[in-house]
Amino acid sequence: MTDTDADAGWFSPLAAEEAGRDATDAARDRIAEDEADRPLDWSRRAVEAGFADSTDEYYDRLKDATTRATREAVRERERADDAQLIHAVRAMDDSERVANELAERAVEWAGSLFDDVDSGIDGAREVAAREPESEVERRAVSLAARAAELDDERAALAETIARVAPAVAPNLAEMAGPELAARLIALAGGLEPLAKKPSGTVQVLGAEDALFAHLSGRAPSPKHGIIYTHEYVRGTRPEDRGSAARALAGKLTLAARADHYAGERRAQLHDDLRERMATIRARADDDGSDAPGAGDE
Amino acid sequence: MSDAVLPDGVERREIDGERRLATRGEPVYGEPTADGWRAWDPERSKLGGMLELGLETGLSGGETVLYLGAASGTTVSHVADFAGPTYAVEFAPRPARDLLDAAAPRDRLFPLLKDARKPETYAHVVEADVDAIVQDVATRGQAEVAVRNAQFLAEDGRLLLAIKARSEDVTADPDAVFEGALDRLREAYEVLETRRLDRYHEDHLGVVATPR
Repeated sequence: MTDTDADAGWFSPLAAEEAGRDATDAARDRIAEDEADRPLDWSRRAVEAGFADSTDEYYDRLKDATTRATREAVRERERADDAQLIHAVRAMDDSERVANELAERAVEWAGSLFDDVDSGIDGAREVAAREPESEVERRAVSLAARAAELDDERAALAETIARVAPAVAPNLAEMAGPELAARLIALAGGLEPLAKKPSGTVQVLGAEDALFAHLSGRAPSPKHGIIYTHEYVRGTRPEDRGSAARALAGKLTLAARADHYAGERRAQLHDDLRERMATIRARADDDGSDAPGAGDE
Repeated sequence: MSDAVLPDGVERREIDGERRLATRGEPVYGEPTADGWRAWDPERSKLGGMLELGLETGLSGGETVLYLGAASGTTVSHVADFAGPTYAVEFAPRPARDLLDAAAPRDRLFPLLKDARKPETYAHVVEADVDAIVQDVATRGQAEVAVRNAQFLAEDGRLLLAIKARSEDVTADPDAVFEGALDRLREAYEVLETRRLDRYHEDHLGVVATPR
C-alpha cells in the first residue's frame, strides 16, 4: 500500500529516490514547505519505507534536515527588508483600487447582458463563472475574471505582508498588526526614517492634509492619522481617542526604534502599552458609574 | 520533598554555593555550571518553575517531547538534556537563530521555524504519540494552540502548559483569564493540576493536563 498525500511524511517522496547529493536539499525543502493533515509514526514509517536503516539513523537525518531547513528559513526571513514591504503594501493598495474599478465596469457591462448581476467584486466573480455565448459576452466575462484575479492578487499580497512584516519589524508588527506596520513604514519611507521620527509625527502620519489645514489655520490639529485603523484608537470612545492615539503613537515609535536598532522582541513595550490602554479605557467605566442614569455599556 | 517528581537527568546540584535545579549538557545562555551540570533557572523558564514548585509533570526522562514556543532555546535545551527526541517549534526568526545554536550540540533536538497555531505545517515532521507537549507561547489564544496540538500527544501523554494572563487580556483579572483558558482546554484535555507560578513568573498559571 502506498501513502496517500495527506499521510506522507517529509521523507516519503525521498525514500524512493536514490540517496544522492540532491537528496539533502530536497529534504530541507520538504521540511520547510510540505504539510500533513495529521502526525503519524514517522520514524517507523521511514524505516519501513527504506529511508533509514534504523530509528537512530532516521533521527540523525531528521536532525540534519531540520537544522538546514531552519537555518535557511531564518536567514531568508531576516533578509526580508523594509523596501520589499513598502512595494508590497503599495501594490496591495493599487490592486484593491484597480480591482474595484474593473469590477464596477465589468458588472455594469454584464448587467446589460445578463439578469441578476450583483455589484462589486462578488458580482464580478459571479459574472466570471458564466459561460459566454457571444463575442460581446466573452469580453464582459473576461473583464470580470480579470477583476476577480486582481482581487485574488490583493489577498495574496496581504498574506505576504503578514509574513514579511514580522520579520522586518517584529515589535512594530506585533503592536500594530502587519498591515498597519507596513503602512507606517511606507508613509515614513522606510523603517529607519520611521525610527527617527518623533512620536507626534507618527501619531499624524497619513493625516497630512488635515495637518497642513491645521498649520495654515483652517482646522483643529488632527488627533490621529493612519493609526486610526488600530483597534486601540478606533475602539476607544471619542473623548479619549486623543489620549489613546498619543499613547499608541509613543509606543509604536519605541517599537520602530527597537526594531531598527536592536531587531529583538521587547516584551516590556507591549505590556506597557496594554497597561496604558487599560488605564485610558477605564476612564469610560469610571465616568459611566459616576454619571447618574448612564448605562453600563 | 519535591525531589520525588524530578525526571531522571534533572537533579538538584550544588552550583555557586546554592542547591539548584540542573541538567547535564553544553551551556547555552551563560548559565553557571559545575561538573558538567548546568543550572536551570526557574525564573527564566516556566517549566523550570513548574518543576521547582513540585508539580506532577509526569516526566521521568527519555520521553519524546514537542516543545511549542521554544524562543531562544533556554528551556528546550534543558528539556533535550534529559528527554529523548525533542521537537522545538518557534515562529520568530531572531530567537530561532539562537535556538539553532542551542540545538547544534544536541543531536536529538530538532529546531523548526513554524507557527504553533498551524500544526498542519509541521505534522509531516513531528511524530504522533509524543509523551509530552511543553507549551510556552506568549500570544493570544494559548488554550486554542494547546487544543490544536493535542493530535500529537499520546493517550496517556502530558500537556505541560504555562498560561500568561497578560497575553490574553491585560485588562481582565488573571483568574478570570485562567478560567476562560481552562474551559477551552477542557474541550480536548482533562486538567490534572494547576498552580500559579507567581513566585517565579508573575500572572502565569502552570497547567498539567492529559488528553480526554
